[in-house]
Amino acid sequence: MKTVSPFRELDPAAQRVTIRWQGRDLVVPAGNLAAALLVAGIMPFRHTPVSAAPRGPFCMMGACFDCLVEIDGVNRQACMIEAAEGMAVAMPRVENRE
Amino acid sequence: MTAADLVIIGAGPAGMAAARTAADAGLSVLLLDEQPRPGGQIYRDVERVAPVRGALLGEDYTAGLPLARGLDGDRITRVPGATVWSIENGTRVAWTAEGRVRQAAGRRLLLATGALERPMPLPGWTLHGVMTAGAGQILLKQSGIVSGNAVLVGAGPLLYLVAAQMARAGSPPRALVETQTPRDLSAAFRHGSGALRGWRLMLKGIGLLAELRRAGVPRHRAARSIAIEGTGRAEAVCFQSGGRRHRVTCDTVYLHHGVVPNTQASRAIGVEHRWNAGQHAFEPVTDADGRTSLRTVFAAGDGAGIGGAKAAELAGRVAALAIARDLGAIDDTALAAATRPLRHALARERAPRAFIDAAYPPFAEALLPADDTIICRCEEVTAGAIRGFARLGCLGPNQAKAFGRVGMGPCQGRSCGLTVSAILARENGRTPEETGYFRIRPPLKPVTLGELAALTAADENEIDRRR
Repeated sequence: MKTVSPFRELDPAAQRVTIRWQGRDLVVPAGNLAAALLVAGIMPFRHTPVSAAPRGPFCMMGACFDCLVEIDGVNRQACMIEAAEGMAVAMPRVENRE
Repeated sequence: MTAADLVIIGAGPAGMAAARTAADAGLSVLLLDEQPRPGGQIYRDVERVAPVRGALLGEDYTAGLPLARGLDGDRITRVPGATVWSIENGTRVAWTAEGRVRQAAGRRLLLATGALERPMPLPGWTLHGVMTAGAGQILLKQSGIVSGNAVLVGAGPLLYLVAAQMARAGSPPRALVETQTPRDLSAAFRHGSGALRGWRLMLKGIGLLAELRRAGVPRHRAARSIAIEGTGRAEAVCFQSGGRRHRVTCDTVYLHHGVVPNTQASRAIGVEHRWNAGQHAFEPVTDADGRTSLRTVFAAGDGAGIGGAKAAELAGRVAALAIARDLGAIDDTALAAATRPLRHALARERAPRAFIDAAYPPFAEALLPADDTIICRCEEVTAGAIRGFARLGCLGPNQAKAFGRVGMGPCQGRSCGLTVSAILARENGRTPEETGYFRIRPPLKPVTLGELAALTAADENEIDRRR
């Protein structure tokens, strides 16, 4: 679930926050949540309800909904959210339609 | 419910410029934007980021600073983080911000909703690690993160710009896989005058290519049969170029073959749209002021037809002045005087567009993808399935929903709409206009039942107060 991230921070001294990902603490850069999870090496963000295929951020501008995560019980676009201290984030619960 | 002379949706170049111009003319402006800070996608978060990464991102980005700073002032009410999900009766808007639903009624509405990346369905484009080039640039701009092992695929000035910005950030892409062919370029030069008037853009392009050469980025030209391989995530880009098959390993792929107007809001209101054959996209029909087929609704910027950030800014100002005249804030003489230089500048800015559109056409394999390729990312519907619907008599995109849920997932067709229309048009031997586009219905973005219930309660309180 957590791998070495392909992404590198240009300013590693940037401010950090601690969020929960899948019930575990994760220290990430403050700011955009999708970017924070990417740089932390989180992949995938979710599995599709149709075929359970792994997905992650695609458009980063709120159009594609591929970065959906569950925050406080509601599915939301990670790319439209700012990471906040103590935020509980998880993969959306999927009820497979098949 | 809030009231304003002008409600603007979108705080990119068109929306920001329109807000300032309308406020200067004496109108009260409500500016709704989905992002926490103004700038749109091109100037994303420019006030915060320009001092930190302005040099790396270049002056095309920092040019947004004066626009964002121009939003300060009495007559402009800004609502950041506002997700607009309903527009009724032309100018009545509902949105969610910070988990609460709000509504506003404007005397005029300006849609400044910008562009979306043109969908680029290729085999493997749904794998984790595949993103749009715009997404890669947003990650670099807003969050200061860059992939160290990326391949860029497609065509267009943005592809070169993102590659050059990555090189400046110390992580040049592994390769550029370019779909442009020598024939595209020679065809573009038939738009001779446009090419000449676009010489500044050409020089900029040459400068970017020189940067990429110095950074040692390999360029693969006229690439064909492009596929992204990987198990669960992107691992390599495979393609045909220069007479042989290539496989470039990577963990990030950025796709781009142009941008298209984001018409979700204009479609939902029901204004007329037309097919722009040169740009291979639908756009709302507008007059020279940006007025749509609904008298109270205007559209400006890339959302009304792709023209770039400078053109968007100018079109935003033109629309704001026309609205100010509509509402009696300025007279015809003032309107003519203020608008004339803007129209000249707009014509100059748009002159090279036909050349650019012809020089960097969309990638044919992604306009009409192979049968196995997923085109609807949400519902995982393939191009072959759409062709199957056509064989069963399906003529249009709305009918296609009933055949196989295409376009019915959370993105509401943003990622597949143009591809569905293109495939059905081709299979049925009809034009894009005849084929049409998805009917877009509210909510434009998901809204929770709790948020809706709170809205009803607030409305009832208001009714009680009036009694």
